[in-house]
Amino acid sequence: MSFLLHSKNGQLVLAIVAFAAVVALLLLTARLAERLRGRGRSGVMVLLFGGPALLLLAVGLVYPALRTLWMSFMDGSSESFVGWANYAHVFVDPAGVVALRNTLAWVVLTPLCATAIGLVYAVLIDRSRFESAAKSLLFLPMAISFVGAGIIWRFVYEYRGAAQEQTGLLNAVIVWLGGDPVRFLQDSPLNTLFLIAVLVWTEAGFAMVILSAAIKAVPQDVMEAARLDGAGAWQLFTRITVPSIRPSLVVVLTTISIATLKIFDITRTMTGAQFDTQVLANEMYDWSFVFGDNGIGSAMAVLIFLLVIPLVIYNVRQMARNRAVRA
Amino acid sequence: MSATTTTRPPVVAARPPVPPERRTSAARFRALVTSRIGSAIAVVIAVLWTVPTVGLFVSSLRPEADIRSSGWWHVFSDPSFTLENYARVLGGSTSTNLAVYFQNSLVIAIPATLLPLGLAIMASYAFSVLRWPGRDWVFVGVFALQVVPLQMALVPLLRIFSGTEVADVLPFLSLWVAHTIFALPLAIFLLHNFMAEVPRELIEAAQIDGAGHVTVFLRVVLPLMLPAIASFAIFQFLWVWNDLLVGLTFSGGSRTVQPLTAALAAMAGDRGQEWHLLTAGAFVSMVLPLVVFFALQRYFVRGLLAGSVKG
Repeated sequence: MSFLLHSKNGQLVLAIVAFAAVVALLLLTARLAERLRGRGRSGVMVLLFGGPALLLLAVGLVYPALRTLWMSFMDGSSESFVGWANYAHVFVDPAGVVALRNTLAWVVLTPLCATAIGLVYAVLIDRSRFESAAKSLLFLPMAISFVGAGIIWRFVYEYRGAAQEQTGLLNAVIVWLGGDPVRFLQDSPLNTLFLIAVLVWTEAGFAMVILSAAIKAVPQDVMEAARLDGAGAWQLFTRITVPSIRPSLVVVLTTISIATLKIFDITRTMTGAQFDTQVLANEMYDWSFVFGDNGIGSAMAVLIFLLVIPLVIYNVRQMARNRAVRA
Repeated sequence: MSATTTTRPPVVAARPPVPPERRTSAARFRALVTSRIGSAIAVVIAVLWTVPTVGLFVSSLRPEADIRSSGWWHVFSDPSFTLENYARVLGGSTSTNLAVYFQNSLVIAIPATLLPLGLAIMASYAFSVLRWPGRDWVFVGVFALQVVPLQMALVPLLRIFSGTEVADVLPFLSLWVAHTIFALPLAIFLLHNFMAEVPRELIEAAQIDGAGHVTVFLRVVLPLMLPAIASFAIFQFLWVWNDLLVGLTFSGGSRTVQPLTAALAAMAGDRGQEWHLLTAGAFVSMVLPLVVFFALQRYFVRGLLAGSVKG
């Protein structure tokens, strides 16, 4: 028994066994309940199958979200009501304004660049001999954590004084071409762009996979007809491929925007939000867990929530429309 | 037309004869150049997407002094390799030893994959096979919860656990539960979509044969769901393994439960210039996801196309 409680592997085993027991108990109860008659039976079934998940969501997601909303109108220790002061702070505080500006740059640039690269790559490798290997290369970064990606790219951006030999790949190339080494991560405002490039690097694979599937669904006879009419590769791409996959493009763009709004890992690992690279999601973490001000932290969480909503609605409507077209 | 021609399968008629090549030599030249440029662009993108990771891996195998003095590409002219960096991040002094965090990540990620999966499969049965008043409205509600960003629920959820006795005895519990809760809306939504596609006749036939809901669930629905379950399991595992936000907030900086990502992020902050440790450490954190990814790529792509992307 002490193994189960006092070692990590023991706790792992304990968790799995306990969960299996809970599921078994639920199913066993359901089997017994099947003998019941009348309307009670289906109610019991719903409770046994859906109850645990719904209870967890209510306690662990709905209640906390409402509480965060409430805390966003309270002071730092959630004791007295302060009205809109926390929200005003986000828009007035100079650091907050920088974070908002950067977040805007992230949300606009990341989806556009990642989707453009994913689309171009998907078109270029479509039906080529190396298609599946080429795809693996692009979406390999999807398996890497943002922390790992941050370290990989910090190494690429590494800067040394002009007198020293450059160990960062980019600066080595710049010096080799005869330029002066660049402080990619320190010099504002361009450093934000170099951070965004890291997220583009991880998200392009996602865009490529979705868009590649969409491209394969474009009817071949339409392409063939256009080709016979003398359309070149570029015309085929802009006049036929892009309009045909427009719904998928919208889904990819909005999905990446939503993810971008919540990302804080890259900024945290690469610059620690110094040098004017702060973003909303990381600022929210800092206020809640470093400065211990739950009022301002909560206001920022609510702000992220409000920014995400229109994107999600648009995304869902587009997905529903895609499904209706396909059916 | 004779009878023999009409009985012949109309293969030839289906495709119009290919017209004779009408393109001028200039057009042909242009097509050649476009395809060359196209291939070149594809190769450039592929290289840009691979080289940073390769550079990290090569560096992690170089001696510390070499990493400090020259770029990793020098191994091609002056090869020298060592496993010393890995020995230091997997053994060595306690401050740079990541082995314990690797174990933490596993202890977090395995239950945090199984729990939401089990609960979501059962819940999606309640939403797709069972019929009850208000079912569709509750389902829309669960679906809408995907909108709630992690950040929105973090602090109050943390409060529920902090200071309780359970949290002391089972330090990983809050991480398991947090990951489970954050995974449920998407998991229920996706698995419901798959389960709704199981033919109704199949379920009704089993019920006519006297099978109850438990039998239908275990014997009919579950086997048909296995590919979808595999897809979601991979996603959830990678998500939890790579997560930093939940790991950072719910471990409270404690060494006993902190996942690998949090330890690595701290190392990047404190030892930002010790590249021999950072490169090896980063690669240790990437090994398992990469293996899972390459071994199960088919399910991964299928899951992606079904919409399992968590924002």
